[in-house]
Amino acid sequence: MLRYANPARFMTLSGTLVPWLGGIALVALAAGLYLSFAAPPDYQQGDTVRVMFIHVPAAWTAMMVYGLMALASLIGLVQRHPLADVAAKSAAPLGALFTALGLITGSLWGRPMWGTWWVWDGRLTSFLLLLFLYLGYIALWNAIEDETRAARAAAILALVGAVNLPIIEFSVDWWTTLHQGESILRKGGPLIASVYLWPLGLMALGYTLLFFTLWLLRIRTEIMTRRARSLMLAGEA
Amino acid sequence: MSGFWAMGDYAAYVWPAYGISAAGLLIAAALVLRAHARAKAALARLGAKP
Repeated sequence: MLRYANPARFMTLSGTLVPWLGGIALVALAAGLYLSFAAPPDYQQGDTVRVMFIHVPAAWTAMMVYGLMALASLIGLVQRHPLADVAAKSAAPLGALFTALGLITGSLWGRPMWGTWWVWDGRLTSFLLLLFLYLGYIALWNAIEDETRAARAAAILALVGAVNLPIIEFSVDWWTTLHQGESILRKGGPLIASVYLWPLGLMALGYTLLFFTLWLLRIRTEIMTRRARSLMLAGEA
Repeated sequence: MSGFWAMGDYAAYVWPAYGISAAGLLIAAALVLRAHARAKAALARLGAKP
């Protein structure tokens, strides 16, 4: 893994990967979108069940991105590897976007099904906290001018905030909530019909691969920007 | 509105959910691609390969 953590190798590898990941993401999203609207309305939830196909992938991706950001932060702190810091930094705005989409689609689903846009229960509150963690992480990067110090401070925040991930995950078991429990990745198999599982799985794949595509592109952008900056500094000297 | 677009009277919830998600993802992708192209162009101006 760390063999590819050399910026030059990373640029070559990511340059090859990006078109493939992006292409597969688009195909998965197109197929997922088609099946999302081809599926019959749910016998209890009616057509609002379609919100699930974009709400659950957004929420899953938001949590996965935070996990990756925390992991990259840990590698950045321990190994002092600059690419790890760049990777963590580049993930944050994307994670914030997926978190916001999870919250908005959840609210639009909750209103017709629960009768409320919002409730301060464990799942919703801990997920809102995830958004604030992302925003705080981004703000911290912007607040500290020295890049090495900013990376360290932001990494510590990311790692402390990682405590929130299991809280989100188990919130539906620990506390009374309007939010339903785990119905897909559970012991004994998924609780939902395959006509809903397919669009959900394809959209989840599409969201995940779209994130990885944009993440790699953002890391590449940051590496190129830093190179341009150091070339300009070298030119001035 | 009837049939498909009515979404069984849930149009006011289903379509905004899809619309906001699509807009968010498309805008993000456009911004990321634009920043990538700009950084590449800036490096090229300096005579360096990406």
